[in-house]
Amino acid sequence: MRGQAVADLERTLMRDALAALRDHPDVRLEMLSDLTAVDYLGRVPRFEVVYQLYSIARNHRLRVKVAVPEEDPVVSSVSSLWKSAIWAERETWDMFGIRFTGHPDLRRILMYPEFEGYPLRKDYPLLRRQPLVAERDPLERPWFPRP
Amino acid sequence: MTPQRFVEAEPTSEVMALQMGPSHPASHGTVKFNLRLDGETIIDVDVEIGYLHRGFEKMCEQGTWNHVFPYADRLNYASPLLNNVGFALAVEKLAGLTAPERAQYIRVIGGEISRITDHLTCLGMAANELGAISAGFYMLEAREFLYDLVEAICGARLTVTYCRLGGVMTDLPADMTERTRVALKHVRDILGDCDRLLSRNRIFVDRMVGIGKLPSADAVSWGLTGPLLRATGVPYDVRKAEPYLVYDRMDFEIPTGTTGDNYDRFMVRFAEMEQSMRIIDQALAQLPPGPILADDPRFVLPPKEQVYTTIEGLMNHFKLVMEGQKVPAGEVYVATEGGNGELGFYLVSDGSGRPYRVRVRPPCFYGMAALGDMLRGHMIADIITTFGQINMIGGECDH
Repeated sequence: MRGQAVADLERTLMRDALAALRDHPDVRLEMLSDLTAVDYLGRVPRFEVVYQLYSIARNHRLRVKVAVPEEDPVVSSVSSLWKSAIWAERETWDMFGIRFTGHPDLRRILMYPEFEGYPLRKDYPLLRRQPLVAERDPLERPWFPRP
Repeated sequence: MTPQRFVEAEPTSEVMALQMGPSHPASHGTVKFNLRLDGETIIDVDVEIGYLHRGFEKMCEQGTWNHVFPYADRLNYASPLLNNVGFALAVEKLAGLTAPERAQYIRVIGGEISRITDHLTCLGMAANELGAISAGFYMLEAREFLYDLVEAICGARLTVTYCRLGGVMTDLPADMTERTRVALKHVRDILGDCDRLLSRNRIFVDRMVGIGKLPSADAVSWGLTGPLLRATGVPYDVRKAEPYLVYDRMDFEIPTGTTGDNYDRFMVRFAEMEQSMRIIDQALAQLPPGPILADDPRFVLPPKEQVYTTIEGLMNHFKLVMEGQKVPAGEVYVATEGGNGELGFYLVSDGSGRPYRVRVRPPCFYGMAALGDMLRGHMIADIITTFGQINMIGGECDH
């Protein structure tokens, strides 16, 4: 696509394939530059999770795309492969409602916990209002999740 | 290492939970640190961002491609031109459009001026927060000279909206070379002063050396780029790795550090400013004459004379403004070197006049993700220096 390398991966295989891409000596995509999703509303499967990989050693990029159906928006987490995925997957969960199994701490990141819906989905209306949130009692609802 | 789980505290010590922020006088930027402290030592920190979330990506899907340029300015408002250039390059890649040579040089000049203002903001604030207020204000003074240049180029200091698809908005002023020469001389003088004030200053060095260290393998895994990664010794700079615009014609070096602590980050940024000034000098010397906008009526607005005097020009203008530029369907990820590191735009077009998806990869978002790792085991006062060196820009980090 426009001179850029793109690979489509099956959802079931993608974690092993990404681990291989990271570790294979000829590929060595040791950096996950970015992770996001795209909502193709009306298409089946509806979502696409997009990984931008980069190899500092070899100076090449690869974009990996994984199709995710609307009924079961779940992907394996790659946060154990690349630490940058920890926050990026949180953001994708926050904005698209795609869950990442095996993620250590999948919370909303840009929005607040009480936010309803997933704002970057195409069916989330631009001008939708959110209900007011009650004041948080720090003793009853600590900011930190208790260990 | 699982970042959000807590290290078990010593059984004898009492762990204090403290929230720092979201609006703390010692930290610039709206961000909250949920700390667990043993005395003044940080056991764990949970960084909470999102206070400046403005729905950048959602807003971009509402207008035409041209409507995104003003939003792009407001991502990293310490270096708006770099964001502008990055977005323009991404859309041009998607559209198969190339800006004329003169426009490319102008983008390099503007971008490098912005890079210096970005670094000056970061370093000035870093000095300021450690009590070196004079050095902080000296750097802000230097920034003023550069903002004057930005103003001379595009009429605005901060909200530039200077790039267009296929080029830039206006040409450089006729006396640009002279203005730049004067401004850069001031900046170099001031930076010399700041170097003497800070680089070997006992207090400053003690607060910076060995703080916020991250080994290079971790830095790569966290997706750190820019000065944060180069401070660990990895010479990754998008301008060298994948030269865009006319960076392959420029002679410049990539300063790197060795230990990856705050002092190295500071020195890398400091050295980069000199390299940026070298690039500006070379680009001005090589600046070719010629048009500043590509001649492509599919994407570029016709000149105003044609709009007001010919029906073809008027219709072309109307269609481009009302329907937007019909960028061919497809997707593209274009990385440029922003002030804080790799600034990437992932764009999806469905062939209509509006972006289907605009995703920005903000470099400081990944820096903030790694902040917990950098701070664990350090003192609470070290948050200030480490956070300062990540140079979180709320608009960019929180989208």
